[in-house]
Amino acid sequence: MFTERRKDLLKQGAIWGFIVLELAFFSIAGNYLSVTDTAFMDFDNMLLLLKQSAPIGIIALGMTIIMINGNIDLSVGATFALAAIVMLDSMTWPFMQALGDWAIPLAWGFALLTGVVLGAINGLIVWKTGVDAFIVTLGSMLGFRGLVFMYNGEQPTSHLNWTLVDFAEAQFLGLHTASWFLLAVALILWLVMTRTVHGRNAYAIGNNRDAAVNAGIRVGPHFLLNFMLIGFLAALSAVVFYSESGSVNPNDGMLYELWAITAVVLGGTKLAGGYGSIVSTLGGVIAIQLLRKGLGHIGADTETVNLVIGLILIAVLFLDRQLNRKGKEELKT
Amino acid sequence: MTDQPPVLRLEGVVKTFPGVRALDGVSFDLRPGEVHALMGENGAGKSTLMKVLGGIYDPNEGQICVAEEQVEITSPMQAKARGVVFIHQELSLADELTVAENIWLGELPLKSFGRVDWGKLYADTDAILKTLNVSFDARTRVGDLSIANQQMVEIARALTVDPRAVIFDEPTASLTDAEKVVLFKVIADLQSRGVGIIYISHRMEEIFKITDRISVLRDGQYRGTLNTAETDEEAVTQLMIGRKLDLSRNESHHEMGDVALEVRGLSCGHLFNDVSFTVHRGEVVGFYGLVGAGRTEIAETIFGLRDPSEGQILLGGEEVRIHSPIEAIARGISLVPEDRKGQGLVLGMNCRDNMTLPQVDDLTAGPFVSDGAEISIFDQYRDKLDIRTPGWRQTVGNLSGGNQQKIVIGKWLSMRPEVLIVDEPTRGIDVGSKSEIHNLIRDLAAQGYAVIVISSEMPEVLHVSDRIVAMFSGRVMRTFTSDEVTEDSLIQAISGLQGDKVA
Repeated sequence: MFTERRKDLLKQGAIWGFIVLELAFFSIAGNYLSVTDTAFMDFDNMLLLLKQSAPIGIIALGMTIIMINGNIDLSVGATFALAAIVMLDSMTWPFMQALGDWAIPLAWGFALLTGVVLGAINGLIVWKTGVDAFIVTLGSMLGFRGLVFMYNGEQPTSHLNWTLVDFAEAQFLGLHTASWFLLAVALILWLVMTRTVHGRNAYAIGNNRDAAVNAGIRVGPHFLLNFMLIGFLAALSAVVFYSESGSVNPNDGMLYELWAITAVVLGGTKLAGGYGSIVSTLGGVIAIQLLRKGLGHIGADTETVNLVIGLILIAVLFLDRQLNRKGKEELKT
Repeated sequence: MTDQPPVLRLEGVVKTFPGVRALDGVSFDLRPGEVHALMGENGAGKSTLMKVLGGIYDPNEGQICVAEEQVEITSPMQAKARGVVFIHQELSLADELTVAENIWLGELPLKSFGRVDWGKLYADTDAILKTLNVSFDARTRVGDLSIANQQMVEIARALTVDPRAVIFDEPTASLTDAEKVVLFKVIADLQSRGVGIIYISHRMEEIFKITDRISVLRDGQYRGTLNTAETDEEAVTQLMIGRKLDLSRNESHHEMGDVALEVRGLSCGHLFNDVSFTVHRGEVVGFYGLVGAGRTEIAETIFGLRDPSEGQILLGGEEVRIHSPIEAIARGISLVPEDRKGQGLVLGMNCRDNMTLPQVDDLTAGPFVSDGAEISIFDQYRDKLDIRTPGWRQTVGNLSGGNQQKIVIGKWLSMRPEVLIVDEPTRGIDVGSKSEIHNLIRDLAAQGYAVIVISSEMPEVLHVSDRIVAMFSGRVMRTFTSDEVTEDSLIQAISGLQGDKVA
């Protein structure tokens, strides 16, 4: 029993060990290769890193729940873009403009509602038709992206509101608004997954769906709730990001689903469901952002960054498999 | 006993599937405080009946009464709320969750805001586990438990509510004798609390030990209920299959050839240690022991699925190193695995394709698989093994257990092996097909194959083996010939007692 606990700790801690390794590597390599003079481990740099990981991070946290539940959501990137458009565009509507700055919370509300509704559509289809979530959300990814383009064609949707920008760029106790959102979401979801019946049932469903059904757990409503949650989080991510930038391109958010899944898997969540943790996903998000920033710091270009992240992802999954083997006597497959 | 109203009563329950009448007017009643065995061959309708009771299937006709009140059960949750609890044969546990969470799955104790009350959860669970006398606690991850302990978790689930009726579906399939004693104590305890128990099992000795009445199903029809005290195995068997069953020891010995397989001092980690034995051509060697004694692991090692840490394997007197099933097959070793559906067959494929699976590489005409060659192999073994199927196009998933097993055996025979290893050849197979498989194994030995039979059923081992290897906890305790073996000495050997050593 004791060794199992230790193994569990090792698995949970692995991602944080990896982050430390990255920090050490980039700090040392940065001394020789850096294109700038500033140190990599600069405090402000680290704060910025946290802020930059927020958009994908918030989505990845939601993705963790979906994947623990045994599903997947490929439509988050499109939801992200659509929610952003709704937020920015709604502020240009005449009655909203009449409201002055009070339009801001209303615009946020519209955006978040959009996310929840889109998520509910996914959830309902998965629940009622029984079609695999991969297929359903693959379809809705294309469909939602279509809606994005229908809204404004190829044109970007822009609206700059300085109150909004001020809010988004504010720092409280040193952390940016976006970072606060990321941490708050992580805390809340961690509580949901470890402390509530909904969270524990989500684990049970992902782990052994038949067992859950036999135990009388209603699988469908849990699916629906989780898809609404990830829709909400994708929209929240858009709210946080576009409050600052004020302009959304119809192609924004593309591949976000894959980055989110990468972060989740790097954090050790099982693709098949039933195992995973919110905290580890947060680690996965930070690890990816560190890698991007660090490689940039030592002068690598974007293509190289993607190549390296891809290789590391495969290497991590291979290590995970080795760690889970039951010694030499194990059956060969 | 008779004057009390039954806790559960079925009346004329009919369930039809397209083309099949799976349940045909089944009626029986379960009295409070009795253990009621439900018996029948595979496919007799036991599982269907249980699914009807559990609310997974809707019956077409008939009624179900719980405590003399007619009910409609539409979900497992509802069944449980009415006090009808199921202990499933196939483990339905979430192995990443703790024991406590599994036991209370679907009804975790609540605090405000939908939070789980962990303190109460663990305390309640530990209280239940204490009555079961198990060695793990509520916080253990289920995936870390042995199969037998997982079964105990499944049993613990029945104790979370105040049940009226508990249905055990083959609960002892993976339990050791010591654990069985605990299980029977749990059953006796439930009994004394006035709970009615339906006990489904293929094991006659258990049925006669603990049950009060026995109801028998055959082909979806109710064949009658017997009082256990007034009947015997033969009568029950006759009711189940309509003929008598032969449980004698193997008497016939064939002409034995040279040593086909010899194993010397084989070890594999902590799984088994210093195992030595020989198998001659024309001989059936039975491996008998408790679940977890290392028998299956030995077979897997010989078949190249595991790497031995020590020891030698000799085939026809020549030492070989086998690293993979491909090499094993090439050297004439075949393994009919324990889990027929999971390891032996591709359930969604048809009979012919399953049978020719290991050699389909060689059955080609140009770039394509040769249909004719495949069909002729299938036809040959269908006739030889008397496989009853409408045709080779039939999906194996639709065949009965006995016919499925024959397909697996046929698959390996068509590879012309020297050594055939059969692991639990009749697990989950009904009594009638069992004796057919046994005869088949004897026949194969008579034709000069060296056969190893691994089994947890003593009658089976006694019935087919020329020699019996008794194993306990990864070691060979003793080797018997079929003439000297007695039930007592065999049980002693597999329980780890040395007994009287006979040279």
